[in-house]
Amino acid sequence: MAQKLVIIGNGMAPGRALETLVARAPGQFDITIFNAEPRVNYDRIMLSPVLSGEKSFEDIVIHDDAWYRRHGITLLKGCPVTAIDRAAKTVTGADGTIAPYDKLIVATGSSPIIIPIPGHTLAGVVAYRDLDDVDAMLKAAAIGRHAVVIGGGLLGLEAAAGLKLRGMQVTVLHLMPTLMERQLDPAAGHLLEQAMQKRGIDVICRANTHAILGDTHVTGVRLDDGREILADIVVMAVGIRPNAGLAKASGIEVNRGILVDDRMHTSDPDILALGECAEHGGTCYGLVAPLYEMAKVAAATLIGDASAAYRGSVTATKLKVTGIDLFSAGDFADRKGREEIVLRDPARGVYKRLVIEGERLVGAVLYGDTGDGAWFFDLIKGDKPIGSLRDMLIFGPAFQGGAVLPPTAAVAALSDDTEICGCNGVCKGDILAAIADKGLTTLAGVRAHTKASASCGTCTGKVEALLAHALGGAYEKRTVEPVCLCTDLGHDDVRRAIREGKLKSTHAVMQALSWKSSCGCAKCRPAINYYLLCQWPDEYRDDSRSRFVNERLHANIQKDGTYSVVPRLWGGVTSPKELRAIADVADKFNIPTVKVTGGQRIDLLGVRKEDLPGVWADLNAAGMVSGHAYAKGLRTVKTCVGSEWCRFGTQDSTGLGIKLERYLWGSWSPAKVKLAVSGCPRNCAEATCKDIGVVCVESGFEIHYAGAAGLHIQGTIVLAKVATEDECVEVIAALLQLYREDGRYLERIYKWMARVGHEGVVAKVVDDVEGRKALVQRFEFSQVFAQVDPWAERVAGLDAHEFAPLAVIPFSEAAE
Amino acid sequence: MTTHDVDWIDVGRIVDIPLRGSRVVASPIGDIAVFRAADDAVFALRDRCPHKGGPLSQGIVHEHSVTCPLHNWVISLASGEATGADRGCTPKIPVRLDGDRVMIALPETMAEAAE
Repeated sequence: MAQKLVIIGNGMAPGRALETLVARAPGQFDITIFNAEPRVNYDRIMLSPVLSGEKSFEDIVIHDDAWYRRHGITLLKGCPVTAIDRAAKTVTGADGTIAPYDKLIVATGSSPIIIPIPGHTLAGVVAYRDLDDVDAMLKAAAIGRHAVVIGGGLLGLEAAAGLKLRGMQVTVLHLMPTLMERQLDPAAGHLLEQAMQKRGIDVICRANTHAILGDTHVTGVRLDDGREILADIVVMAVGIRPNAGLAKASGIEVNRGILVDDRMHTSDPDILALGECAEHGGTCYGLVAPLYEMAKVAAATLIGDASAAYRGSVTATKLKVTGIDLFSAGDFADRKGREEIVLRDPARGVYKRLVIEGERLVGAVLYGDTGDGAWFFDLIKGDKPIGSLRDMLIFGPAFQGGAVLPPTAAVAALSDDTEICGCNGVCKGDILAAIADKGLTTLAGVRAHTKASASCGTCTGKVEALLAHALGGAYEKRTVEPVCLCTDLGHDDVRRAIREGKLKSTHAVMQALSWKSSCGCAKCRPAINYYLLCQWPDEYRDDSRSRFVNERLHANIQKDGTYSVVPRLWGGVTSPKELRAIADVADKFNIPTVKVTGGQRIDLLGVRKEDLPGVWADLNAAGMVSGHAYAKGLRTVKTCVGSEWCRFGTQDSTGLGIKLERYLWGSWSPAKVKLAVSGCPRNCAEATCKDIGVVCVESGFEIHYAGAAGLHIQGTIVLAKVATEDECVEVIAALLQLYREDGRYLERIYKWMARVGHEGVVAKVVDDVEGRKALVQRFEFSQVFAQVDPWAERVAGLDAHEFAPLAVIPFSEAAE
Repeated sequence: MTTHDVDWIDVGRIVDIPLRGSRVVASPIGDIAVFRAADDAVFALRDRCPHKGGPLSQGIVHEHSVTCPLHNWVISLASGEATGADRGCTPKIPVRLDGDRVMIALPETMAEAAE
């Protein structure tokens, strides 16, 4: 019969232990979990991205309800345990549930420390610990302006950065003279402080909070020196304390935390403890890596595997604030018998500190340049004498042995248990084993089999170096053109990260992919903006500040700073009423040039910026909308007169052109898309040099694509021949959607086709009928949000400030 | 330049300039682009790219730089200088914040230089 296992607590540590248990010993235990929080297990480390808006709660759930059901685990949500009866071997829940156990795991975690100063119980004072705290902060950010964070450690600074991104005015109060004084010496603390200030976050050090002000809700904070700071919310992030009370009350041995041995047993052999509530070898841990190690050992102990033992952990941590690189590992406290090696380069904003005890490296702090973090962490964990390395140690692996190590040698030097992929927890040994066992030769293969570099992709370079190391000359590295100087990643890497990592803002992308600049550049921002729009059409809001001016103002800037305006003439067909309206607009706004374009439309050139809304309003009133002549999206659909008038016409090419234009306009694409429909093979609409072209024949429609007639001249190739107009429209929509999802920003269709291959495109949009319908469905979904006339929006007053000066300084004032 | 010979002119609130954006102040010496960077730092330059006179106020603002919309020159907001391989400089306009008000100055020398 299954043994009864009861678990108190449902955080990340017991979650990992459960995973190991259900994988290694399915059915061996009848499991009941008491969870004080009213929800499933989630990734607490990711609370900062939830706070800053880069992720939602759903994104950080580790095990959903279905998972517990599938494994037959009873999860009691919102049910804290009030007592453990060790004699009767039962635990009692707050709701009166009494659960008997054969084995018990105590994983009660820790509580944030709330400093008991006056006002600490006011509404609006929160810790930064669980989802409820994040919710409270978000509510405050939605209505209030000012936030105070007490505590300038890792958690406090992440909270401050998140609240700032939510638009609040944030002040960090820190008791010590410099930030993160446990990790950084004063000079480095100052570098960090400057970096925070640069992000618009106020930092006050040596700030002793005297009282939190307010009657029922927080209104501010008073410091010992009398200063008062406005606050709609106060976040206390000053540390955590293990929750050992329940265990202590039941007579289990407790010091600061619950004492456990190497197999995670407490003083009662049927009770194990793990996670932040446990104390092993005199240390309580608060980081996830050691908790996971404990979880594995606890699971092994429960299923009778005596080989597993926990020997304590060396920990490493990273500050998750975009543009600030801070890494610390091991034990870097000042202590007798310890020596330091420090490298400081204030001009580059780099600081490195190594702590050495005897012959061993025991701690490392890197600020500004954290590239060597993994190498130092390895040395610390390896616990070997550093000997002659010492002289050059601080310069990192590149300087050892006098020569710069190529990346292959650098990864070769790492130990097998060095973690390569942080997202999926894949170590070097796992990757090498997969390469050898499965005969992998490509990055894609490693991703498929190990998940390494398959999430955010930051470790792609290391995985490639490992492939090169394992395969030697047999490995041909793929060459990736980086998006821009802000990153080493290519366009496809960024897109994959957006898709797989569920990244939903520019900031989230830059954060997750360790962008080198704080807010990107004119190359990467528009690209990321497009990728986000394409991936999340309903959720992502276009960032106009990441748009080139033409797309922001729905008009084309000319060399003198005026603009040109092109209304849609569907399929190149117009009417006396439209022509009259265009003529009236040209007169009314003194538009100097009216010209017919190559795409069968009419261009109004030389419009002053401040006149744009007026021009659009008049054109709108005559039923005309933006022609998107500025857009990376559908431009024109050029047509000939076709069977309606032409004696050679085989089909209604004009009608089909209008149908296509009305169906396809709106959604953004990687680059501009021009179409044409010719009514017969004489091809008067010049369809065979367009991005997408249709040539009508007696028996149906030839769909062409991948033509170009600009800098580069290239005829189209035939994608498919179809019998009906409806099929024709469907294939074209699928083609456009595939290009939208797969094309790199600014890559025209002909270049995209050359890169991915004609056969692949045919397979996806012609041969695979189901796949084609799915593409069309995604295209139509995107259109729901994209088919909005931008002119009408602007006429209605959207971002009206674009068209008016901030101020006008008259002559007299300037002459004073 | 010392501060006493500068007349500061209030041109509006910082919040009326979009983050990572710019607004134009029309002045007797020509258009002035006032920029607000992502970190709320404020800069002001003549609204003319040193290359072909493009309106810098319409460019994409990134860190403390703006990319001109006409030919993608990248201009430093702090110095007005072109960066990278390009050479040229746009006149800087003194600017400061007074609370949430943006103040700029048009020194006489600037006015003369504009003639």
